[in-house]
Amino acid sequence: MTAATEVDARAIRRIAFNHRLSHWDVKLSPYLYISPFFIVFALIGLFPLAYTAWVSLHDWNLIGGQGDFVGLENFQTVLAQPYFWISLRNTFSIFLLSAVPQVVAAIAIAAVLDFNLRGKTFWRMGVLLPYVVAPVAVALIFNDLFGDRYGIINQLLNTVGIESIRWHVDIIPSHFAIASMVNFRWTGYNALIFLAAMQAVPRDYYEAAIIDGAGRWRTFWSLTVPLMRPTIIFVIITSTIGGLQIFDEPRMFDQAGQGGASRQWQTLTLYIYELGWTQRNFGRASAVSWLLFLIIILIAALNFYISRRISSTSDKAIRVRPIKARGIS
Amino acid sequence: MKRFPRPTIVAAVAGAAAIALLASGCAPASEPSGSDGGKIKLTVATFNEFGYEGLFEQYMEENPDITVVSKKAATSNEARDNLTTRLAAGSGLSDVEGIEVDWLPELLQYSDQFVDLTNDEVEGRWLDWKAEAATDADGNLIAYGTDSGPEGVCYRSDLFAAAGLPTDRAEVATMLGDSWEDYYAAGETFTAAGTNVPWFDSAGATWQGVINQFDNAYEENDGTVIATENPDVEAAYNSVLDASETLSAGLQQWSDDWTASFQNDGFATMLCPGWMLGIIEGNADGITGWDIADTFPGGGGNWGGSYLTVPTQSEHPEEAQALAAWLTAPEQQLSAFASKGNFPSQVDALESPELLDSTKEFFNNAPTGQILANRAAAVDVTPFKGVNYFPINDAMQQALTRVEDGSMTREKSWEQWVTDVNALG
Repeated sequence: MTAATEVDARAIRRIAFNHRLSHWDVKLSPYLYISPFFIVFALIGLFPLAYTAWVSLHDWNLIGGQGDFVGLENFQTVLAQPYFWISLRNTFSIFLLSAVPQVVAAIAIAAVLDFNLRGKTFWRMGVLLPYVVAPVAVALIFNDLFGDRYGIINQLLNTVGIESIRWHVDIIPSHFAIASMVNFRWTGYNALIFLAAMQAVPRDYYEAAIIDGAGRWRTFWSLTVPLMRPTIIFVIITSTIGGLQIFDEPRMFDQAGQGGASRQWQTLTLYIYELGWTQRNFGRASAVSWLLFLIIILIAALNFYISRRISSTSDKAIRVRPIKARGIS
Repeated sequence: MKRFPRPTIVAAVAGAAAIALLASGCAPASEPSGSDGGKIKLTVATFNEFGYEGLFEQYMEENPDITVVSKKAATSNEARDNLTTRLAAGSGLSDVEGIEVDWLPELLQYSDQFVDLTNDEVEGRWLDWKAEAATDADGNLIAYGTDSGPEGVCYRSDLFAAAGLPTDRAEVATMLGDSWEDYYAAGETFTAAGTNVPWFDSAGATWQGVINQFDNAYEENDGTVIATENPDVEAAYNSVLDASETLSAGLQQWSDDWTASFQNDGFATMLCPGWMLGIIEGNADGITGWDIADTFPGGGGNWGGSYLTVPTQSEHPEEAQALAAWLTAPEQQLSAFASKGNFPSQVDALESPELLDSTKEFFNNAPTGQILANRAAAVDVTPFKGVNYFPINDAMQQALTRVEDGSMTREKSWEQWVTDVNALG
């Protein structure tokens, strides 16, 4: 009797335990599945972020290591340095010169690729090709184009009677040259992302639009672009983050890699590198890194807000159209 | 009966796999130097051209239990970045690391990171100043000298002829004289002839010759920075810029335009340490007329030169030290001189007929060995280079560039330099 109840009790306990397990399973498993990302992120994203903040509050030498705690002194020092503000200006100028034409050109290229072209795969691979080339190799090729004295572009300008542009001396030309390297590399990549989004637009919508009498231009603006909204937001935000951290191209733009004698094209990442590696002052380099991080967050938030607004007005356009169409008929 | 529902097992496995993946990701990706089948593997990191390729083969033949692996950086700056990053990381350095004299002082303050290479066998091998520069405050020798950079003046004899100047290298040496005033005056004569070719490449390049003739240009011997208050520096700044107004091509050294200018009659002369000969020969391929004069403005001058060190990170410091000692022995450095023109810093090598009798075909068969030996003998100043030498001089180069490219006035650029130097603190 007692033995039987004991067995029963055991069975009950086992069942209860199994229940509890499956309950845990339902509750916890999803977290376990996504945990690898967060573990990796914590290790190579969050930890460096926090550690950089810690370093920025100290005197810290690249080789000598940790020194005294100095509070916010590193931040004060770098904010008082003219080079910080010059770098900030350059970063934004290069970013705008690259991101804006890039997104516009990428959408245009994607629209062209979306037509029924002959040899589709060839053209699509063609626009991606620059992306495969290493940035340093791109810089080496473009440096031959943008040489101040013996560069190909200036020699061409000279033959048609235009004076040489001083790519490595004047501010705007140097930004333009660097932006052109960035655009060369990324436009095709973004174009393919846009192309994928365009092809996801259901073809019925186009048919309906054509029946409604919309031309190509009208369909593109009132149908394609609004429906690509999430992709456009994605591309703008990723190219903002990438653009504000631009390093390879300006670093390779001349032999010294410090952004020019008067820092004409020194970006914030180059400035961080100069502080950290040339001057070996990790404290100040970390301070600038954190400032850059805050700037990126700020701009990304702003971006998101603006893109949302733009796309929601486009939404209205879509909703308004059928009413109009009905009105006409 | 299954005790555990299946998903849990899968999840556990997935989680474990993820953690295993992380753990393996943390392990060093590539195996550092170590024993390999009884053989000891030694890595040697150099930059530019040390001229060691054939020597490694020879060493491996003579020492069958050693394998030498060569790692080569394109520029000295790249090598410096690599070295400091890995010193900071505490791992990843080669068993033997090549370093340049300009950033040697920065490393001397971390001399405990390098093996003390003091050894009776190498006592007195180098010129005194060469060994002194690599000795720390406690008397430890942390680096073996490879080459040095005694400077002559390289010139284009064809352009000299076009301007009606002498072309024979002895006559040119007389004309160039031995002071900066003479050198600049010769330049004025040259440009007055109307060939439309500048006299030298850039203010910055000329600055390297001038600044290496001061004992304490930027820092006192105790490391106190005096750069911005030193009247010598300000006077040198003004005199170099005065000369550059009419004589400079404004081509910054190592820039793409500078490299291209060798094919375009960019300039007629340049200050020329031994290691520069190979660079001129490479850039000016197909151009005839380069020659080298046995003189140097302001007496003698040394520019650059390198060392080999053994970081304490090395797993085989003794073998690495033996290799470094062998590579920097006079015989081996003579072989490097023959292949790449790096002028040896070893006393015995300087007297060797192999060096003194050598000529360079590209430089109109000039007896480069003898000329550079004379130039080395004329060096009478060992400039003090402390921890701040490299960044201060780097900022000065940029200051000169700003004036040359017209982006700032001379006064503004000087002020900017003072700000830059003060910001280093």
